[in-house]
Amino acid sequence: MATLGKEYKDREVIVRQGEAGNCMYVVQEGEVEAIAEVDGREMRLRKLGPNDFFGEMALFGAENRSATVRALGTARVLTIDKKSFLGGVQEDPSLAFRMVKVMSQRIRDLTDRLAEHHLKG
Amino acid sequence: MITRTTDGFGQLGERSQALRSKSSMPLRDGSRIAVIGAGPAGSMFSYFLLNMAESVALDLQVDLYEPRHFCHRGPAGCNHCGGVVSESLVQRLATEGIALPDDVVQRGLESYTLHMDVGDVEIATPLHESRIAAIYRGNGPRNSEPMDTHSFDGYLQQLASEKGARIVRQLVSDVRKHDDAMQVECADGSVDDYDLVVLASGVNSRLAKSLEDLAEEHVSPALTKTFICEFRLGKEVIRETLGPSMHVFLLDIPRLEFAALIPKGDYATLCLLGDDIDEELMDRFFGSPEVARCFPGGVIPRHICHCYPRINIRTARPPFGDRLVMVGDSGTTRLFKDGIGAAYRTAKAAARTVAFHGVSADDFREHYWPLCKKIDADNRVGKFVFWVGSLVQRARFARRGVLSMVAREQQQSAAPRRMSGVLWDLFSGSAPYTDVFLRTLHPAYVGSLVRNLVAANLPDKNRDLPRDPGEERA
Ligand SMILES: Cc1cc2nc3c(=O)[nH]c(=O)nc-3n(C[C@H](O)[C@H](O)[C@H](O)COP(=O)(O)OP(=O)(O)OC[C@H]3O[C@@H](n4cnc5c(N)ncnc54)[C@H](O)[C@@H]3O)c2cc1C
Repeated sequence: MATLGKEYKDREVIVRQGEAGNCMYVVQEGEVEAIAEVDGREMRLRKLGPNDFFGEMALFGAENRSATVRALGTARVLTIDKKSFLGGVQEDPSLAFRMVKVMSQRIRDLTDRLAEHHLKG
Repeated sequence: MITRTTDGFGQLGERSQALRSKSSMPLRDGSRIAVIGAGPAGSMFSYFLLNMAESVALDLQVDLYEPRHFCHRGPAGCNHCGGVVSESLVQRLATEGIALPDDVVQRGLESYTLHMDVGDVEIATPLHESRIAAIYRGNGPRNSEPMDTHSFDGYLQQLASEKGARIVRQLVSDVRKHDDAMQVECADGSVDDYDLVVLASGVNSRLAKSLEDLAEEHVSPALTKTFICEFRLGKEVIRETLGPSMHVFLLDIPRLEFAALIPKGDYATLCLLGDDIDEELMDRFFGSPEVARCFPGGVIPRHICHCYPRINIRTARPPFGDRLVMVGDSGTTRLFKDGIGAAYRTAKAAARTVAFHGVSADDFREHYWPLCKKIDADNRVGKFVFWVGSLVQRARFARRGVLSMVAREQQQSAAPRRMSGVLWDLFSGSAPYTDVFLRTLHPAYVGSLVRNLVAANLPDKNRDLPRDPGEERA
C-alpha cells in the first residue's frame, strides 16, 4: 500500500494565518483543524477530514491565509496548485461545482453560527 | 464489428451535415445509455454523467459493458499501460472529491531520474510531496503473488457502479442504428436498444476499427505498437535501487521516443514508446549500460510479464455522430503522455454535453469536438517537441548541456528551475506541450542553456557536475 501527498505530524502547521499562499489543499487521510487567531487567542473554525479541502481562497484572489490549519493527529494532505486548478476550471467549469457547493454550505454554517451568537448576545 | 445499416452512421461526417436534422436530441427521464468499455474513459464518463444528471434531477439508466474482470492478475485483468497517474490528474481527481485509495496506489512518486550516457540526474517534485501515483490497471503481473492492493480500473468501475451504473459483463460484438435508437449486440447474441452509445473500448479492440469500413467519413485513430514488461525485484531492492522515482531514459536509439522504468510495490514496469517498437530496438535498449545501471548488480533480470499494446497517435475523425460519441483512446488522447488524464478530460466533456445539451452530432460538434481539437493541436506541438528531443538524444554535447543545466538547478534550491520544469512537465505530462514549448523560447531559458552547453563541453575536469560515465571509461 502506498500513499499520495505529504504527511504532517500532530499539531504541525500546514498553513499559517496571514501568510501568503498560492495553492489549496485536500485532506487525504486523518484530520486537520482550521483556527482563527484573534488578539492572540485561538478559535476553532472547523475540523476537516478525508476529501475536505482548505486554503481555497488563495485560488480566487485572496492572497493571505485567513486561518491557520494544523494537523490533528497524523494527517496526510495533497497540494492543489493555483495554475493547475485555474487551468482545469478554464477548460471545464464543472470542476469547481463541488467546491462551490461546499463553500456555499460553509457560508450557510457561518450565517447560522452568527445568528445564534446574536440571539445569545 | 459495427454494422452499417441503410443510413449507416449518417451524421458522422462534415459531408453529411446537410442531411442532419437541426433539432437537438436532449435526454429525458428514463433515457438509456450504453457505455462500451469500463477502462478509465468509460467508467469516468458513467460516473460524471450520473453525477451531473443527479444535480439536474435527470433520471438516466447507464449500462456499462465490460467483459474484463479487473481482479484477475496478468493480461486477463489488465488494460496494458505504464500505470502512471499524472500529477495534474491526481490533483483534478482530488478536487472532484476522488482521492485515490492507498490500496490502489502501488507507489507515490516524488521525482524523475533522467538517465543518459553522459550521466544521471534526479528532478524532484516542486514541493517534495508524492504527487504522482504508480498504479496497476489490473491486479498485477501474470503469476504474481496475491497482493494487498487493487486495480485502478476496478476502482473507477466501482465508483461508476456506486453512482448507479449497471455493470454488464459482456463483450459487445456489434453496434448499429435502428430507427431512432442505437442497438447494441453482445457476443452471446443478446440485443438492446439505447438513446446513446458511448464508445470507450480503447484502441486494442476491434470494435472501434470497424467504424472505418462502415461510415465512409469516419477515420479511426492512427496507432503504433509499444512494449511493456514487468520485473519482479522485491520491495527492498526497489527501495534501494529505484526509490520513489520514475526512471526516464534519453538514449541515442532511433525510433525510441520515450522509455521509462516505473517502480511499483514488489515490481517495476518498463515502457517503451516510439515508432513501432520492434525486437531490434528492444535489443539496443536492453544492451545499453544506462539501463543495466538501474538494476541490482547491473544485471537486467528476466521479465515475468510482457505485452505489445497499441497506442493512439492521431485523433479519430470525427469522434461523434447522432447518438454516438467516442471517448478516451477511441476518440483522442495526448501523444505518448497522460492518456488516463485525456480519458478523464474527454469523458467529462462528453458527459457535460450529454447532461446539459443533448446527444445529436450537432451537440457533440459544438460542445465536445473543441476539446478534441485542442488536444489534437497540442499533440502537433508535442510531435515537434519530441523531434527536438530526438536531436538532443543524438548529440552528446547537447545531452551534456541538458544534464549540466538540470544538475545546477537541482543543487540551487532558490534558482528558477527552467530546464527541470520543462523536463518535469514533459515526462509527467502535467502541462500541455504548447506550454512546455513556449517556456523553451523564454530568453532566460535560452541564455541558461547556451551557458550550460558551453560550460559542460569545456575540457574542465573540476567542474561541479555529475560524472560523465563516458569520460570515466575513456
Ligand atoms: C505502452 C503504454 C504505456 C502507457 N502508459 C501510460 C501511463 O503511464 N499513464 C497514462 O496516463 N497513460 C498511459 N498510456 C495510455 C493509456 O493506457 C490510455 O490512454 C488509457 O488506457 C485510455 O483509456 P480508455 O478507457 O480510453 O481505453 P482502455 O484503457 O483501452 O479501456 C478500454 C476498455 O474497453 C473494454 N472493451 C474493449 N472492447 C470491448 C467490447 N467490444 N465490449 C465491451 N468492452 C470492451 C476493454 O476491456 C477495456 O476495459 C499508455 C499506453 C501504452 C500503450
